[in-house]
Amino acid sequence: MQPFIKHTGLVAPLDRVNVDTDQMVPKQFLKWLTREGYGRVLFYDWRYLDDGKTHRPDFVLNLPRYQGASVLLARANFGCGSSREHAPWAILDYGFRAIVAPSYADIFYNNCFKNGILPVTLPEAEVDELFRRTERQEGYRLTVDLESQTVRDEFGLKLSFQVQPFRRECLLKGLDDIGLTLRFGERITAYEKEHHPCAVMYEPVTAIHSKPA
Amino acid sequence: MPLRSMYEKIWEAHLVQEQPGQPALIYIDRHLIHEGTSPQAFSGLKVAGRKVRRPDLTFAVMDHSVPTKDRHLPLVDTIAAAQFEALEWNCREAGILLFNMQSPNQGIVHVIGPELGLTQPGLTIVCGDSHTSTHGAFGALAFGIGTSELEHVLATQCLPQFKSRTMLVRVDGHRHPSVTAKDIILTVIGKIGIAGGAGHVIEYAGEAIHALSMEGRMTVCNMTIEGGARAGMVAPDETTFAYMQGRPFVPRGKDFQIAVDHWKSLATDPGAVFDRIVELDAAQIAPQVTWGTNPGMVTDVTGRVPDPGSFADPVDRKAAEGALRYMGLTPGTRLVDIALDRVFIGSCTNSRLEDLRLAARVVAGRKVSRTLKEALVVPGSMRVKAQAEQEGLDRVFRDAGFEWRDAGCSMCIGMNSDVVPSGERCASTSNRNFEGRQGKGSRTHLVSPLMAAAAAIAGHFVDIREWKLEASDE
Repeated sequence: MQPFIKHTGLVAPLDRVNVDTDQMVPKQFLKWLTREGYGRVLFYDWRYLDDGKTHRPDFVLNLPRYQGASVLLARANFGCGSSREHAPWAILDYGFRAIVAPSYADIFYNNCFKNGILPVTLPEAEVDELFRRTERQEGYRLTVDLESQTVRDEFGLKLSFQVQPFRRECLLKGLDDIGLTLRFGERITAYEKEHHPCAVMYEPVTAIHSKPA
Repeated sequence: MPLRSMYEKIWEAHLVQEQPGQPALIYIDRHLIHEGTSPQAFSGLKVAGRKVRRPDLTFAVMDHSVPTKDRHLPLVDTIAAAQFEALEWNCREAGILLFNMQSPNQGIVHVIGPELGLTQPGLTIVCGDSHTSTHGAFGALAFGIGTSELEHVLATQCLPQFKSRTMLVRVDGHRHPSVTAKDIILTVIGKIGIAGGAGHVIEYAGEAIHALSMEGRMTVCNMTIEGGARAGMVAPDETTFAYMQGRPFVPRGKDFQIAVDHWKSLATDPGAVFDRIVELDAAQIAPQVTWGTNPGMVTDVTGRVPDPGSFADPVDRKAAEGALRYMGLTPGTRLVDIALDRVFIGSCTNSRLEDLRLAARVVAGRKVSRTLKEALVVPGSMRVKAQAEQEGLDRVFRDAGFEWRDAGCSMCIGMNSDVVPSGERCASTSNRNFEGRQGKGSRTHLVSPLMAAAAAIAGHFVDIREWKLEASDE
C-alpha cells in the first residue's frame, strides 16, 4: 500500500450530503475481478450521459477547472450504504489521495485506510469555509499533512484534524495490515487451542465439498 | 465483576490480542463469502503467498449476480459467469464449502446462514456485505467488511477492530397486527437518521422486539446498517433456541442443552450502561413508506410527500429537493396516491417464509393491478422456495399474476437481469432506495411485504391496516 505522508493538490468540491457508495460505483461494475480500473466509472451515473461515455457538462468533476483534482471535498456521512471497497478503489484510481469531510460512514472510512487514502475529518463550519474558498478561487489547492495533522491552503488558512494514532502510523508507513496481524500468529494459535472455534456439520448438507489442494 | 452488555461479553470472549491505542484483534467464528466481494481478496492472498487459515470456518454462496430464472441455461452475463468461476475455483483450491446455483441450499447469504444453523448466538460473523448485521438477530456479533478485510480474515481468521460504543433501542408495547418488523426498523431509522448509529453497535430490546419471530428480528437487524451502525443484536431467548434446534450445524442432544445454557449467559447484564438509549412505542408505529433516496427519508403511509421548505436545516432541505426531483414526486402528495410500475418481494430483508406467507395472505384470491408492469416474488433461498411451494404459496402468487422465481439478491441490487427501468417506480421489500439502486434512474420505495403485496393489488400504496386479512397465528 502506498504510504500517505503529505499531499498538495487541486480541490474538487462535491456538495452533496449522504453520498452513498452506490453512487460511487454502481452495481454493474461490481462484477470485475480486479482492484484496478475503477477510476473511469467513479460517480458513473452523475458523470456520464446514458451512453456511458459522454461527460455530463454540468457535473462538478467534469468542469474544466477541476480536472486533475486530487483532494475531494465532501459533506456529512460520506460513503454511506454498501460496504463495497470498489468505492475507495475508484476514488484512488480517479486520482484522489485525500478526502475532506465533516463525517464518514464507518465501513467506508475503514476501507479508505486500507487503500492509502486519507479521510480527513473537520468540523462542519471549517468544511463550509473550504467549500466557499474552493468555489471562489479557481485552482484552489490544499496541502494535507498527515505528520502534522494539518490542512493548509496558500492563503494562510491552517486547520488541524484528529486521526486515530495507530491508523495514522500505518498510513504514514504504508504498513500491510495482514503482515502486522501475522506477527501475532502464536497468539492466534493459542486462542484456537483454548476456545476450539469450529463449525460442526451434524447433518450433511448438499454443497460442493472440497479437499484443500 | 463489572456489568456488561451482550456486545461487550462477545467482544471480550473473542479477544486474541489487545494493545492500548491499537485496534484489538478479534477472532472470527464464521466467515461468509459470496462472488461479489471475494475475487480480489483471494488474488491478493495468492500474490502475497498466503493461504486460507480456516477453510472449515469459511462458507461460500452464489447470490448477488445469480439469475432468478432459466438457471439451467448457460449464463448470458459473461462477466458474472467469470465471477462465479472465480469463486468456484477459489473455494476448490482452499477447501471451502460452496453452495453453488445447483445446490438446494443456495440462496442469499444472510438467509442461508441462519437456515443452516451456521449463525449462532455468541459467535463473531463477518461477510463482505453490509447486511451481515442480519445475523445479530441471534445474539451474534455480525458485521459487514470490505474486500481488504475479507482478505485479512482469510489469511488470519482475525480482524483488527476498534471497539464500538453501544446503543440500546428499546421498543415496547404492542404493534398493530398489520405493522411488521420492517415498519419497526424503518421507524427507528426515520427517528435516528441514516448516520444516527455511526460508531455504535445497537442492541434491540423491549417487548415488541422479543415478541418478534426470528425472521422478524432478522429484518430489524438487517437494516441496522442503514441507520449507520456497525452491527445490530437481539439477545437470544426461547424463540431463538426453538428456531435453532435441529438445524444442520447446530449441536444435538445433550450438546444442544449445553449450548443453550451458554447462550442464555450472553444477555446484557441488568443495569449495564449503554452510551445512548432510544425508546419507541410499538403501538405508535404505522406502516412505513420511504419517499426519498435514502432509508431515512420515510414516513407513515397515512402521510404525505414532505415539502422541502419544511426542513429547518438547509442541508436537509437541499437533500429533500434533490430526492424529490429524482423520485419525480410533488410535495404534499399523499403516499396512498403514489402509483407504481413494479413490485418486488424479496431481498435479505424480507424474503423468508413468514414474509411470503404474509404477502400471500394479502394476495390470495386477488389479482395484481393491470397498471403494473411486473410483480416479482424472489424467495430468499431455495429451501424457502421449496417450503413455500409445499404450502402452495407459489400458486397463490402466480394465480394473482406475480412471477415466482429462484433465490438470489435479484432486484434489490439489480446485478442480474432483474432491473427496474429508468423512471419507473417500484415498491420493494428490500433495504436501500438510493438513486439507481435497482437500476439506473429507477425509483425505489421501501415497504414491508404486506404493504408491497397490497400495493401490487391496488396499483398504488394503501394503508394495509384498512384491509381485512384472514386471521393467522401472528
